[in-house]
Amino acid sequence: MKSIKKILIANRGEIALRIIRACQEMAIETVAVYSDADKDSLHVKYADEAVNISPPLSRKSYLNIDNIIKAAKDKNADAIHPGYGFLSENESFSKACSENALTFIGPSAECIATVGNKSAARKIISALGVPIIPGSNNVISSPEEAINIAKDVGYPVILKASGGGGGRGMRIAHNKEELVEAISVASGEARAAFGNPDLYLEKYIEKPRHIEIQILGDSFGNYVHLGERECSIQMRYQKLIEESPSSFVDEALRNKLGETAILIARSIGYTNAGTMEFLVDSNKDFYFMEVNARVQVEHPVTEMITGVDIIQQQILIAAGSELEFKQNDIRLNGWSMECRINAADPEENFMPSPGKIENLVLPGGPGVRLDTHIYNNYEVSPFYDSLIGKLIVWGKDRPMAIKRMQRALSEFKIQGIKVTTGFHEMVFKDAAFIKGNINTHFLEKFNVTEAG
Amino acid sequence: MSTETYKITTPLMGTFYKASAPGEKPLIEVGQRVEAAEVVCIIESMKIFTELRADQGGTVIKILVEDEEPVMKNQELIEIEID
Repeated sequence: MKSIKKILIANRGEIALRIIRACQEMAIETVAVYSDADKDSLHVKYADEAVNISPPLSRKSYLNIDNIIKAAKDKNADAIHPGYGFLSENESFSKACSENALTFIGPSAECIATVGNKSAARKIISALGVPIIPGSNNVISSPEEAINIAKDVGYPVILKASGGGGGRGMRIAHNKEELVEAISVASGEARAAFGNPDLYLEKYIEKPRHIEIQILGDSFGNYVHLGERECSIQMRYQKLIEESPSSFVDEALRNKLGETAILIARSIGYTNAGTMEFLVDSNKDFYFMEVNARVQVEHPVTEMITGVDIIQQQILIAAGSELEFKQNDIRLNGWSMECRINAADPEENFMPSPGKIENLVLPGGPGVRLDTHIYNNYEVSPFYDSLIGKLIVWGKDRPMAIKRMQRALSEFKIQGIKVTTGFHEMVFKDAAFIKGNINTHFLEKFNVTEAG
Repeated sequence: MSTETYKITTPLMGTFYKASAPGEKPLIEVGQRVEAAEVVCIIESMKIFTELRADQGGTVIKILVEDEEPVMKNQELIEIEID
């Protein structure tokens, strides 16, 4: 077993703090990296050491492989945790870590490459007998090619960035004209977010639920799944509310999805924590979407109902430990829900709202967990994601989790910037939501329009 | 006849881009004519790209910020002389 004594966290915001906290509980030292825009950020204060990796723009700081590797070597770190986003699913970064004798906390570079090439991954996974959504088998090379494929599979179609996730570079098109325009916009977003403008295209399944399975795999071929998360409440293809378990998933579907997720993981030699995303239609038929080769934003809801600390498991697996539990040991206890609190103005079409936080009062009390990097007088910069915190609740069942979330949201007070708490409160009072009657189009009834 | 101008301002804090993607040609240059509702620049804020459009047709007489420059909410970006 490798010894991990010091971890550099190649990320910022709430996830950097989350990783630092996991390390502290394991008596592992931490090194933060930060851009000029983040010098007052909490992850810098909480880490044992911190290294400035210069200018604010992501591609010069948190996407700068050379600077991050240099920081790790200068500080004698043994391992790097990439968090989510940024370099978390970057094959070159994972390779650069191994070349510099640093343990990358995540799947192998080969695995990242396999699942990162989404068109190739679809072929491999389809060959296992896992249902996939029809679409382009490769990156689309021209608008003409996209138009031809869209004609074959039928509109509407969705464009997705080959290099990324998280909704960046995703666009739906209902006809040829929309498709041509969407290609140009989505490609630009994909290039800016992931440094890769490549897109692929697939048929858009109407009113599905987004259900994903969290898996853990060690380097001895042991796999467990930690149940599902439902992430159907999305805005512009970005998840806004997540929960575990899903009110739509019964024991039979959970077992089927779990077995499928592990089949996928095993077939590609996946190690560490990962998520297999599926769309599930109203007949409970499911389609594989993609593998997320990283820890996900919404991992806390799984932690709350399984008692498994996913970040600590990632570190143990990367250090070469064997999983300490088997599938039969995993019990889903109660219900957990998460609201992503974003610096965005629901009354102005969710326009980003950077600025200085004032008069902050944070929620607490029984069953409430808040993963956040903000504090009073903290300046939310325009350079990064608008996520300023994740409000997570646990209840013995879904009605109790909903009541706790309503209470926690009402306790959350913030001035100086606009945030989405009021919008979440509206969703948590909605009769259909309370019944669990949701799908990925749920938020459309709140007259949420496209970005712009 | 006196000329009338107006300025395009940004509704949000972020980064100003002259082109819709890196390496592509700028959406506008000084001296160029723009139509009403034509996209004149891009503002990136919190990873969201917002296209700003001309209110009225006219000629670009000044671009007040550099490419990739950080901009504040309501900052003036582009001056246009109305037809």
